[in-house]
Order: sequence, then structure tokens, then C-alpha cells
Amino acid sequence: MSVLIYIESSDNKLKKSAYELASYAKTIAEKLNTSVTAVAIGDVDRSELESLGKYGVSKAIYVSGEKLKNFVNQAYASIIAELSKETQANVVVLSNSLSGKGLAPRVAVKLNAGIVDGAIDLPDINDNKFVVKKTAFSNKAFAYVEVESDKKVISLNPNSYQVIEKPENITIEEYTPEIKDTDLRTVVKEIAKATNKVSLADADIVVSAGRGLKGPENWAMVEELANLLGAATACSKPVSDAGWRPHSEHVGQTGLAISPNLYIAIGISGAIQHLAGVSSSKTIVVINKDPEAPFFKVADYGIVGDAFEIVPKIIEEVKSLKANS
Amino acid sequence: MKILVCISNVPDTTTKITFTNDNTKFNDNGVQFIINPYDEIALARAIEIAEANSGEVTVIHVGEASSEPTIRKALAIGAHKAIRINATPKDAHFVSTQIANYIKSNSFDLILTGKESIDYNGSLVAGMVGELLNIPSVAAIKKLDVDNNQATVEREIEGGKEIITIPLPFIAGAAEGVAEPKIPNMRGIMSARTKPLEIIEAVSDNTQTVILKYETPAPRGTVKLIDAGEAEKLVAILHNEAKVI
Ligand SMILES: Cc1cc2nc3c(=O)[nH]c(=O)nc-3n(C[C@H](O)[C@H](O)[C@H](O)COP(=O)(O)OP(=O)(O)OC[C@H]3O[C@@H](n4cnc5c(N)ncnc54)[C@H](O)[C@@H]3O)c2cc1C
Ligand SMILES: Nc1ncnc2c1ncn2[C@@H]1O[C@H](COP(=O)(O)O)[C@@H](O)[C@H]1O
Repeated sequence: MSVLIYIESSDNKLKKSAYELASYAKTIAEKLNTSVTAVAIGDVDRSELESLGKYGVSKAIYVSGEKLKNFVNQAYASIIAELSKETQANVVVLSNSLSGKGLAPRVAVKLNAGIVDGAIDLPDINDNKFVVKKTAFSNKAFAYVEVESDKKVISLNPNSYQVIEKPENITIEEYTPEIKDTDLRTVVKEIAKATNKVSLADADIVVSAGRGLKGPENWAMVEELANLLGAATACSKPVSDAGWRPHSEHVGQTGLAISPNLYIAIGISGAIQHLAGVSSSKTIVVINKDPEAPFFKVADYGIVGDAFEIVPKIIEEVKSLKANS
Repeated sequence: MKILVCISNVPDTTTKITFTNDNTKFNDNGVQFIINPYDEIALARAIEIAEANSGEVTVIHVGEASSEPTIRKALAIGAHKAIRINATPKDAHFVSTQIANYIKSNSFDLILTGKESIDYNGSLVAGMVGELLNIPSVAAIKKLDVDNNQATVEREIEGGKEIITIPLPFIAGAAEGVAEPKIPNMRGIMSARTKPLEIIEAVSDNTQTVILKYETPAPRGTVKLIDAGEAEKLVAILHNEAKVI
């Protein structure tokens, strides 16, 4: 018996979600009197894997190979399922990330496991019941899902579980899988990464703007504020529909759903479809000239006024805060 | 070319979400149901690809008779025929089993879903059907081009995008960017009434998950307003009070 986590890396470093998964899985493992095994696939530094010991991981299995350098959904899913069987994992946890969404359902079918996608809290394990809280109706509600099968797969939303230190002596094993040709049918031709830009899906801080900014030429201040805060930029749907910003920045019910620690909304009215994607942010700041804008109803802090006057003031203040710290 | 599009029937995006029966059941009283917005995108692209390749688009829905207006809408938009698997969609595994079972006996070159349904937000069906049929799957694509027996898709990754080639058949979830949703025209609406809608009984499958209850998010406290003339104060508040910067 064990709890197995699949952790993601980029540029040889583990993603923040890896530590969230480790902490989450360790808490489950304690409850089930077992230990946590982590699986990493692709290029990642050994020291990064060792760092997982601090967060409760007892064993890390490192899977590499020429064919695994890029993310290949089917091949990765096969490896995760295989190692889950080998380590007799009855709970498998992945990140509900862009790649995790591809893996989790395949792993669940391979293991004949019930799955809870987009979990936001620890499972409640009692009287042989295993119940996990997840978001539903595009963040407008939560659902408590009971997993009835013996094996369970959980995909955990990024930013929804606190990292906790629980040192373990970690051992690192390497594993070379046999990969079936049928698992390698998809081929990654090209990866285009915007350099030194913070990725929206796992950003701690997001600066977002809407139609209130009038046109794409006015985004310089949004980007400047984001740069200063180490934040990602986002936008409302009409803004990306109009081509002012790329589709990848569109958040909301039909865009990306995010839950950063801080969401700053500038010139966005707060339509229900927009809120669906951002309302689980921990702190929300709204800057809007209309005091009746619905966004203020879900905001923690608000400034009623003209964004073109307010945002530059905030930028100056952040600069002096950074200069003094 | 034969294309299958999986459609789910979901509450309109403006619906206020409430529950009944002690928070165990979604309150659909007065709720307008629509085609899941991502499925509309998938359908629009399927129709474009079919037009270019003299193909045929079938839509499939696992659900009760009450979702027939949604199926007819898909036909009005331009699908050629529709299949309804007559069952309550209990969980993603159940739905996926039904769809995979249908595909096994009616081969398709391309299968599209939406990237997620906006009610249960699973993002599960594409991957599960892919696994059940042992064909490739991509959870969410932003672009899809088909050339003979090969497709090129674009997938979003953290901080960028990935361009992937996949041999047909495969299954993928459509996200924004794949196509613009199509609005049915009068001719479409008229012809939808006479297009075939076949009803098939479900195969049995054990569910693996069950929703015990729902909860709506606790309302946030009231907003703390900062005067526009002192906008810079926000920074100190975020730093010292909220401790988020
Ligand atoms: C099926 C469906 C799905 C949808 N999905 C999404 C989604 O995923 N994401 C999304 O964002 N939307 C979505 N929408 C659209 C949504 O309904 C709204 O139309 C949209 O969010 C509005 O964008 P906005 O707030 O930028 O623009 P507007 O509603 O036009 O708001 C602009 C705001 O800027 C303010 N403003 C103007 N000038 C200034 C200024 N100088 N300073 C400060 N404030 C100013 C105005 O007071 C106003 O509140 C969807 C709609 C539908 C029907
Ligand atoms: N009951 C259903 N019948 C047919 N297709 C469905 C059904 N439920 C979900 N789907 C498809 O699966 C996609 C993802 O749904 P989900 O996994 O529930 O997020 C949807 O966008 C639909 O394309």
C-alpha cells in the first residue's frame, strides 16, 4: 500500500505544485498508515527530487528516456499506472494542471479507479468512506464526491493546498520503462514558450484587465504592474475576442479558471461568466469607475475611479515598496 | 470522413446555482439548458472539417429525453444525425463507457468533446474514452487541422503552447480558439426536425463515484473601499494587511 504522486517539472526544476502534492499526499498517507512515493518523468535535477524529502516523500522514482523528453500523454499515463500497480498504490494524486487533465482520466481507467478531478481539499476518510471536495458549476458551487472503488485517483487544483514541511529520508530510484509504440502516436513538433513570462495557470498573483481599458495600446501599464509584482497577466473574454490580447490570457467560465493568492481586476465589470473563473482567488482587488459594477460584490478591496489615473499611482507605490525592502 | 461530437446538456452560463433536497440535488427549476459552450466549439469545427472533406458529423449525447431540445439545436447548427443513449449520466466513467461502446460498433475518424462541461467540470470524458478505445487523446486543444490521416493540434501548456501531430483516429477536447460557435439559420432549424435522432439503450456499467452533497461558496465579506485620491494606499494594505505582495 502507498500513496503515489505524479509530479511535474519544467526546465529541470520541480513546479510548485509538486510540493503541494507532496504535502497533500503525506497527510493522506499518515491517515492510511503508509508512505508517499513520487514519480517524475522527463528531465529533472536530482537535487530537486531530493528536496521532496523535506515535504514527506519517502521515495522518488525518476523515469527518463529519449522518448520521454516531451510530454506524451499516453506513454506518461501508462508509466504512472504501471508504477501505481508496482507500488500497490491505492491513492494516486496528480495536479489538475493542463497536462494533468490529460493524464488523470487515462490513469483512472487503467487502474479501474474512481476519480475526483479538481479536488480542493483533503479527502474525508471515515467508516470506509472516501469523500473529496471539488469545485463544480464553474466555481459557483462545491461538490462532495464519494469514491466507491478500491483505488482512487485525485487531481488536485493548483494553489489549493498548503505546503507543509514533514522531513523524511528520501531514496531515489531510477526506472526505465518499456514503452509500447501505440503509446507514442502523438508527436510534439514544436514548443513555443513565452520567455520570462509568469505562467497564468500557476501564478500567485494575476493582474487582469477588461474592456474598460479601451484598446490594446493601453496594456503597457498592466504589464508594468504585473512585472513589478512578478504576476501573470490575464483579460476578460471580449478583450481576447477583439484580439487585444491572446486567447491564452482569457479567464472565466469559457477561459482558464484560476485561483491565485491575489487577483487584480482593472476595468472589468464582473459578469457572472467572468467571476466563474476567478472567484476562488484568495484576495480580489477591483478597480472600476462604476461604483455599481457587480465585481465589487465579490471583491475584498476596491477603488472606484479611473484606471488610467489609479494604476500609475499604484505602480509608483509598488516601486517604492520594492526599493525599500 | 466520419466525425463524432459528444455533447452535454448544461445550465445556461447565467444560471444562479442553487440546490434542493437538503443540498443533494441541483435545482433545475426555471433553468434554461444549453449545449455546453465548448461542445458548440467542437461542433462548429467538426462541421467545417466535414465540409472540406465531404464528411459526416454525428452528435452523441448520454441523457434523458428532456435533453432533446439541446440535441435538436446541434442538428440545427449543422450536425447530420444524432444519437441519444437513453440513461441518466451518472458519472464520467459511465458516460465514457456508453460513448466508447457506441464508437466500437460505428467507427469514426475523429472524435471531439468539449474541454470540460461547465456543470461538473470534469475534463474527463475525452481521456476516458481515449483510454477505453486505446486511441490517443488530448485534453484541451486550441487549434485543429486535419490533413488526410493526420491532424495537427495546438495545446496550451504552462507559459506557452505545444504543436502536436496525431494520426487519426483520436479524441480531443475543444477549447476556445478551435472555431467560432455557429448560430443556426432558418433552414437549419427547419431541417433539424427531420434529421435522424436515434435512441439507444445504455449498456450496464458500475459507477465509481457518487456526489453526496453540494455547497455554495460562503459569501465574501463586504468590500473595503479605498478612496481613488489615495489609491497608493492599496499597496500598503496588500503588503501589511492581506500579506499578498
Ligand atoms: C456563454 C458565455 C460565456 C462567457 N464566458 C466568459 C468568460 O469566460 N470570461 C469573461 O471574461 N467573459 C465571459 N463572457 C462574457 C461576459 O458575459 C461579459 O460580457 C464580459 O466578461 C465583459 O467583459 P469586461 O468586463 O471586460 O467588459 P464590460 O462588461 O464592458 O466592462 C467594462 C468595465 O470597465 C469599466 N470601465 C470603463 N472605463 C473605465 C476606466 N477608465 N477605468 C476603470 N474602469 C472602467 C466599466 O465601468 C465596466 O464595468 C461570456 C459570455 C457568455 C454569454
Ligand atoms: N452526458 C454526456 N453525453 C455526451 N457527451 C458528454 C456528456 N457529458 C460530457 N460529455 C462530453 O465530455 C466533455 C467533457 O465533460 P466533463 O468530463 O464532464 O467535463 C463535454 O464537453 C462533452 O463533450
